[in-house]
Amino acid sequence: MTDVEATSPAGGADPPEPRPDTVLDPPVRGDEFSDRGPGDEARGLVAETSEGVQELSSRAETGPGQLRREVGAVLRLPEGVAVDPSDIDVEQSDDETMIINMGPQHPSTHGVLRLMLELDGETVLRTKPVIGYLHTGMEKTAEELTYVQGSTNVTRMDYLAPLHNELVLSLAVEALLGVEMPPRSDWIRMLLVELNRVSSHLMWMATNGMDLGSTSMMIYGFREREMVLAFFEKTTGLRMNHNFIRPGGTAADLPDGWEDDVTVICDTVMSRTDEYDELLTGQPLFRRRSEAVGTLSAEEALALSLTGPVLRSTGVPWDLRRCMPYLRYDEVDFDVIVGTYGDNFDRYSIRLNEIRESVRIIRQVIEKMPAGDYRVQDKKVTPPPRARIDESMEALIHHFKVFTEGFKVPEGEVYVAIESPRGELGCYLVSDGSPKPYRMHIRGPSFVNLQGLPLMMRGGLVADAVAVCSTIDPVMGEVDR
Amino acid sequence: MGLEDLQHNFLTGRLEDLVKWARTYSMWPATFGLACCAIEMMSVGAADFDLARFGMEVFRASPRQADLMIVAGRVSQKMAPVLRQVYDQMMEPKWVLSMGVCASTGGMFNNYAIVQGVDQIVPVDVYAPGCPPTPETLMHAILTLHEKVRTNDITHRRPPTGSDTGPLTDDQGADTDDGRTHGDETTSGWTPDRPDAVHLGTPRRNPVIARSVGEPL
Amino acid sequence: MADGARAADAGASPPNDTQPSGEVVFPTREQYVAVVGGYRGAGFEMCADLCGVDYLAHPARRLPEGVQPERFEVVANLLSLSRARRVRLRVQVPEADAVIASLFDLYPGVEAMEREAFDLFGIVFEGHPDMTRILMPEDWEGHPLRKDYGVGRVPVQFKGAPGPR
Repeated sequence: MTDVEATSPAGGADPPEPRPDTVLDPPVRGDEFSDRGPGDEARGLVAETSEGVQELSSRAETGPGQLRREVGAVLRLPEGVAVDPSDIDVEQSDDETMIINMGPQHPSTHGVLRLMLELDGETVLRTKPVIGYLHTGMEKTAEELTYVQGSTNVTRMDYLAPLHNELVLSLAVEALLGVEMPPRSDWIRMLLVELNRVSSHLMWMATNGMDLGSTSMMIYGFREREMVLAFFEKTTGLRMNHNFIRPGGTAADLPDGWEDDVTVICDTVMSRTDEYDELLTGQPLFRRRSEAVGTLSAEEALALSLTGPVLRSTGVPWDLRRCMPYLRYDEVDFDVIVGTYGDNFDRYSIRLNEIRESVRIIRQVIEKMPAGDYRVQDKKVTPPPRARIDESMEALIHHFKVFTEGFKVPEGEVYVAIESPRGELGCYLVSDGSPKPYRMHIRGPSFVNLQGLPLMMRGGLVADAVAVCSTIDPVMGEVDR
Repeated sequence: MGLEDLQHNFLTGRLEDLVKWARTYSMWPATFGLACCAIEMMSVGAADFDLARFGMEVFRASPRQADLMIVAGRVSQKMAPVLRQVYDQMMEPKWVLSMGVCASTGGMFNNYAIVQGVDQIVPVDVYAPGCPPTPETLMHAILTLHEKVRTNDITHRRPPTGSDTGPLTDDQGADTDDGRTHGDETTSGWTPDRPDAVHLGTPRRNPVIARSVGEPL
Repeated sequence: MADGARAADAGASPPNDTQPSGEVVFPTREQYVAVVGGYRGAGFEMCADLCGVDYLAHPARRLPEGVQPERFEVVANLLSLSRARRVRLRVQVPEADAVIASLFDLYPGVEAMEREAFDLFGIVFEGHPDMTRILMPEDWEGHPLRKDYGVGRVPVQFKGAPGPR
């Protein structure tokens, strides 16, 4: 390759000494990875992608507590009982098992999740998820952005349900501000958030179907999702990462004719959900691959702090919309779907039926939507309407201050949680009285739900590992933040 | 008896055109979806914005079988070596499409954790802006890449622009000698005489940020 | 036991501390595990969240009397499903000796959360089975979310600047 020679520094001859960090050499000869430097250490990238102690090590090198976690033993032993590694019934010795690496670049790990598995043939013995491949420093960035700008940052955490992230941040800020929200803004938020739940669950059904082999489900799921995204584009301006739910209300009012659009969406989604029910639920292969796979019990789920459909599949009827209502969820009628066995099939049917329940909520929102302000009229928090900027100098200054300096939030700290499609999405906000958060921590449900992986994968097959990872519905944006 | 005597059943053309046509219309992307842009990339492959009409619906998981790496999403410091490794495992000819502002320049995340532009790690052919780019934008970027493949030389990835024409000069012809050559096959920023200019985006310590714009890196 | 802990940390919650769901308790490092164990026994089945906060830039925050402010705080949010209640515990952790007991034996679900607090703040949790970094690369130096760690912002290059980075 002529280009390569032109840029090769020593003109094709061997470089005099290995260059330390420069992994940007074009491959000149042979396979870069098998190159050995002086002293026979691996050059190039093999060493750099290793994450040392974060990876799964052989059993001899793993402490007993960590070994228990990797094997999926969750519940505490009684006091005084020591953990003996031989108590863990891993039959094979280290020589007969194999540690393999799935990801982080993998078509089925739902993003950049790296799973290390110890296998005995096809059976999974130990699992360790290695995360951090999408760590974006969002919590640090949040300390540099004002509260008005905060939604843009937070919305990119759980990118399948971005309005939920915006909602939880806005609720936390409004709790610290102590403002009372106008009813219409609550109902608009509810509408958008439930539509987002529908689109997120449809996306999950699409990817779950594809992971289990049903490519047509992938295409069907995206079809309805496009309808919902088209409505979001009409309302918020963007298909994803909307930055629409802001502290104080929403950015704008709903467009004219939204009732018709949303009604069409509801009707279509309901009929198509019935089709997907027919496609998958009774299908023998789907059932055999889902039933009794990835089971966990209620005690284990509670011990691991799992929430959302994963917890509800074990039989615990915990849904924040019902049990600790926010917005106007106590004024609408809906059922909380609960499973029995805690297996993949339960989680699938919970999410399928949650789509139907969300559509039910949306229909009630259409009927009950009140007129009024879409954002709180507190001058300190909300900018003036755009039209007034042309008329009044004071409005212009006010607008300028809100968008450049931001509004000050009283000192304090608060934890607010909502029910996102993945579980309990919480925001812990510490304010020091300035326009920027002092500390913003988002409790991502997927981050915590991934702790259930070793337990759910233990004893299963590698093929089930993909299915189990899919039913937890992790979104790596909120895992790594 | 030559080509002129043959009546039918033959099309003639240049070998180069045939190779370009084949490369363009069966370019297989490697799955490198990282974050939100990955969802839009999946949307492009799905129903409403079908990518299969360009021959690209086959997203190969193995980089050995892929031609195009669409870096869709923000590249964190931990992911950077993995990205480079996957890129190196791809066979020539290969192209890189940087999708979204995070992949192109670091996007809204100008901080310690994100590599400020994937072109610090791999050479990029087309940049698609947007956060995330709508499926139409991504398709336009893909079509731009197709155009690039169709109009360029089949043995060079990009037209030679600077590596053999000497150091840069600015508009007045004065020599802006900052030791850097452009049009490299390798990534921008790194040159052999300044190997520490770019560390694969990973100074694995508290990053030094106090550089003013006028200073060369 | 929960009441005893609250009595030991006398003083009302700071003003403007709006708590739509739950109260805030300030145990000391020594009382921490016992207080949490008390809550667990009293029906708080789940630890919803555990994070760290670095108060280096805001040392004059309002705390109840009797609570000695330190640089770091570990904040644990417990959730009772049976009673639909939350309680938040804020434990002060000094900078010089940034070690605190781990809640892993009580709530195995805090494993990842404590690893994250270690990774981003440098607070060591004793009794945790795997106290390693979780989000940053293994050879990273420093704890990014500390207030004396820069954001790492790179100056934006504009046209006319000396070439790409």
